[in-house]
Amino acid sequence: MADTKEMKKALFGPIVDSNPIALHVLGICSALAITTKLETALVMSLALTAVCAFSNLFISLIRNQIPSSVRIIIQMTIIASLVIVVDQILKAFSYEISKQLSVFVGLIITNCIVMGRAEAYAMKSPPTMSFLDGIGNGLGYSFILIVIGTVKELLGFGTLLGFEILPLVQNGGWYTGNGLLILPFSSFILIGLMIWAIRVARPEQVEPKE
Amino acid sequence: MEQYVSLLIRAVFVENMALTLFLGMCTFLAVSKKVKTSMGLGVAVIVVLGISVPVNQVIFTVILAPGALAWAGFPDADLSFLSFLTFIGVIAALVQILEMTLDKFFPALYNALGIFLPLITVNCAIFGGVAFAVQREYNFTESIVYGIGSGIGWAIAIVLLAAVREKLKYADMPDGIRGLGSVFMIAGLMALGFQSFTGVQL
Repeated sequence: MADTKEMKKALFGPIVDSNPIALHVLGICSALAITTKLETALVMSLALTAVCAFSNLFISLIRNQIPSSVRIIIQMTIIASLVIVVDQILKAFSYEISKQLSVFVGLIITNCIVMGRAEAYAMKSPPTMSFLDGIGNGLGYSFILIVIGTVKELLGFGTLLGFEILPLVQNGGWYTGNGLLILPFSSFILIGLMIWAIRVARPEQVEPKE
Repeated sequence: MEQYVSLLIRAVFVENMALTLFLGMCTFLAVSKKVKTSMGLGVAVIVVLGISVPVNQVIFTVILAPGALAWAGFPDADLSFLSFLTFIGVIAALVQILEMTLDKFFPALYNALGIFLPLITVNCAIFGGVAFAVQREYNFTESIVYGIGSGIGWAIAIVLLAAVREKLKYADMPDGIRGLGSVFMIAGLMALGFQSFTGVQL
């Protein structure tokens, strides 16, 4: 059984030290496309963390029974089934948000974080650790999404989770919304800046000169 | 005929897979170091999208859509909740078949594509293309055009990015932003360029 220190590492390591988005270039698509509002970013993070944790758990549980030649298909099936559950839950309890996320819930299946962790970690680790690793990587993804979502919604619309923080000029306030940040492409620039910030704090992640 | 041309143009430029919808980003950023490899990957994506979108569209309308099983005697059946599972299964199977065919009949192309072919299974551009085509209820011909068009759009985007990156090899950047950080910024500026297509009415 793993000791507490190792568990802590699996759980909190991925947030800054080995962030799936900033270091491993995994799971970018959804991080870019759905971060215009903090609310959708939160729901997406929650969905991805749940799927990642449980897919890691189940794959780890049956890892000794999976023949290696068909493992990708098996992993896909497990992940796809979990995503269907998440999608149905979202449709039942928050239909509005599931409409906004549209195909991106389905795209969790092809989100490389889930697949990558299943392949790289859950296939060779015991269930508890894999579960924690799944949650940890979900948190690392959520960290980026929440920061980007906050920046974009606060500076773009002057709101957070729909509540007015910076009163806009149109509503008689003083803040002029930054139209550029509402456009989806600005997430690229913001993630680029975040990577820069993380690498300044953790110089060992800097890529060597070619 | 005209509608197909405008659908094609829309799929290539206005709704560019990589730069306006942000699909297939992982491979887009990770495999765009050289123009040559990204060209190979781009062609592979065009082929897989061109096949898998129409195939999945047929499967959805014939089997999964609400009421589609009337021909088998189940007029009330609605299997659309299974769509994710079928889509990914079909894509994985198609990629596998494509890989075997290429290996047997076009070994040169197979070697050139190498590791990229299996990677395409988890490329969200393919899944996204399939999901969008079904969501927008394209018919069979439209989905062929849409599949090929969005594949071409993705290929153009990755080749352009690779070209920029090859030039940037000689740039002297601050430590933290070298590599991945700079790629994000470049892709962001390219996406800004593609924003200018948004207003185009077809």
